[in-house]
Amino acid sequence: MKKKVLSLVLAFMMIFAFTAVLSGCGGSEEGSGDGTYKVGFICLHDENSTYDKNFIDAANAACENLGVEAVIKTNIPEGQECYDAACELVDAGCGIIFADSFGHEDFMIQAAKENPEVQFCHSTGTKAHTEGLDNYHNAFASIYEGRYLAGVAAGMKINEMIEAGDITADKAKMGYVGAFTYAEVVSGYTSFYLGAKSVCESVTMDVTFTGSWYDEALEKEAAKKLIDGGCVLISQHADSMGAPTACEKENVPNVSYNGSTVDACPNTFIVSSRIDWTPYYEYAIKAAQGGEAIDADWVGNLSTGSVVLTDINEKAAAEGTVEAVDEAKAKLEAGELQVFDASTFTVKGETLDSYKADVDTDADFTPDTEVIEDGAFMESKFRSAPYFDLQIDGINLLDTKF
Amino acid sequence: MSNLNKEPLLHITKRKEMPFIRTWAVRIGAIIAALIVCAIVTTAMTGLNPFSVFGTMIFGAFGTERKIWILLKELAVLLSVSLALTPAFKMKFWNLGGEGQILMGAWATALCMIYMGDAIPSGLLIIVCLAAAVICGGIWALIPAFFKAKWNTNETLFTLMMNYVAIQLVAYFVIIWEVPKGSGKVGIINQSTMAGWLPYLGTNSYAIVIIFVALVTAAMYIYLKYSKHGYEISVVGESQRTAKYVGIKVDKVIMRTLLLSGAICGFTGWMMVSGIDHTITTTLAGGRGFLGIMVSWLAQFNVVAMIFASLLIVFLSQGAGEISTVFGLNQSFSDILTGIILFFIIGCEFFINYKVHIRKKSGKEEA
Repeated sequence: MKKKVLSLVLAFMMIFAFTAVLSGCGGSEEGSGDGTYKVGFICLHDENSTYDKNFIDAANAACENLGVEAVIKTNIPEGQECYDAACELVDAGCGIIFADSFGHEDFMIQAAKENPEVQFCHSTGTKAHTEGLDNYHNAFASIYEGRYLAGVAAGMKINEMIEAGDITADKAKMGYVGAFTYAEVVSGYTSFYLGAKSVCESVTMDVTFTGSWYDEALEKEAAKKLIDGGCVLISQHADSMGAPTACEKENVPNVSYNGSTVDACPNTFIVSSRIDWTPYYEYAIKAAQGGEAIDADWVGNLSTGSVVLTDINEKAAAEGTVEAVDEAKAKLEAGELQVFDASTFTVKGETLDSYKADVDTDADFTPDTEVIEDGAFMESKFRSAPYFDLQIDGINLLDTKF
Repeated sequence: MSNLNKEPLLHITKRKEMPFIRTWAVRIGAIIAALIVCAIVTTAMTGLNPFSVFGTMIFGAFGTERKIWILLKELAVLLSVSLALTPAFKMKFWNLGGEGQILMGAWATALCMIYMGDAIPSGLLIIVCLAAAVICGGIWALIPAFFKAKWNTNETLFTLMMNYVAIQLVAYFVIIWEVPKGSGKVGIINQSTMAGWLPYLGTNSYAIVIIFVALVTAAMYIYLKYSKHGYEISVVGESQRTAKYVGIKVDKVIMRTLLLSGAICGFTGWMMVSGIDHTITTTLAGGRGFLGIMVSWLAQFNVVAMIFASLLIVFLSQGAGEISTVFGLNQSFSDILTGIILFFIIGCEFFINYKVHIRKKSGKEEA
């Protein structure tokens, strides 16, 4: 019996033999050897996640524009697999390697330390400016500006509801589905709220957290809970279709994220903001090819084309939204308008004139850097990833367990 | 009435031992059939040359020195889990809680590394971590075993539910340990000091893990095959009544065996945190607690066969990852190929163990 089992397993080994013989032992697939510059990409999931699709599309676009070869590894968890994948990409001859998920950071740093001749770039990370490695870099975009503009569109919609008599001004409450109480999310919902407030003074907002970046059922439930709690417009910072589809079902307007959801939600989708990573990828790849230094922290904005809004869905949006958004956009680009202008918000009833944020990541979350300058909170100035973590008045957190 | 005696169109009988040559013929036939089906599916669905897809799979698993080390590391981890589950399964105790037991081991290791990282020397810390991991993993398996032994509760559900408890417990602690706040990520633990990390052998960080698993494999082989405990496990697995009749304390054997099973799962969790990942997430075990069951059954609880069964699974998964990178195919496509190959390999055992009789057209009246 044991002998049989062993022979069975030896039979498994035949697969290698057969495939090897049949394929003439191929093997140079990874190294095409035609001398094209190679760029590696590490993605947490594949194109079925809106978050990763956004990166993969940018990776393909950037590599096509520059005539370099993209080697994309998908479904890489935030563990040693990321380090393994990065080293394999080095072996395959990539000159620069990008990773897309926050939890990849430490493993990218590990790989960067061991491969000083290759450039490593990590989107959304926070440690490049304190690690001090020449070949490890962080990048982000001033997505808070995009959120602010999306907020303007939301505020316009609420004004329309008030004018039409659907709601009274004191019932103007928005809802927001967040993933975690992480600075990136806080910065996102605060800028969204401030955008809405810039056109509708009486607006307030409820925020709830799901504790997951991708959980369709939870996000749907959270959106439903907010709608039942009297929220007349919903936005979200999480990656599934949960919140948008809940809004479509309840016929509540929705401001989306990471791409248009108009196909699934034709009656309720207003607008969506997202980061376009193509400009960063092109910048970093060109620098790596030319042997030039890459910024430790790179922040794209509206002008670089890194922060983009989708087309506004006229069917759901209020009249005049396009004009209002364009006007705010022009002011942001010209620097006349600051999203986190300290005169536009209060914290516990007080206007801020000084605040220290936790910019240098450490285990104790020590506030280390003064971030109020010239009457505004300087988001993404001292490192690329957002660090706005204030709870401003007008925003009500329903739960903070995550 | 004569209908009762009518022979069905198909009926199946258990075979006696099939000649060695014929079992081989069936298996090789199954593999060829699997590869042909894979080739047809590949060409029909993607238009790619199936041979270059197979070649890429091999390259993905064995193509470079680093890929081979990664393959061996993955093999070691999966084999370790399979070894852990085997004594329980051999005893017909359905331990579906490997996932949770690994996580508890990982959790205990992370706990020690985080809170004692600065307090005690790294060498000692590694041992403390190991002890904590083995105890936590063991306890996680002992709880359902105790209930099974005392009150005959259903161990399948119990061990499965314990997985979710472990996942929630880890999720809770990830939020306590997360850096920076709100990110939900622990990051690499003790990255600068490397306290509690298993040492590298030369520059190779995986070799030590592979050696550990090799030792556990040898120990498990001896334990199951030559020890009194191993024999008791077999007897309890064959028939609890027989075991009682010959004076084996079944309750004791169940609890002792599950303690061992959980302890080795905990040991696997320790290796992953201390030796490989150096971080903790709720998905650290990555389904290996369930994959290990498949390995254990594929190998029919034979320790040596498990090495090759693990190798097959790891080869398929490493090769599959390479396919999606090289050809820009979705991971799901690789899963389809893996599914086809496993289907044929497991399916062919049916034809080795059973004979299918088809009703003959003529002569049915004579019966």
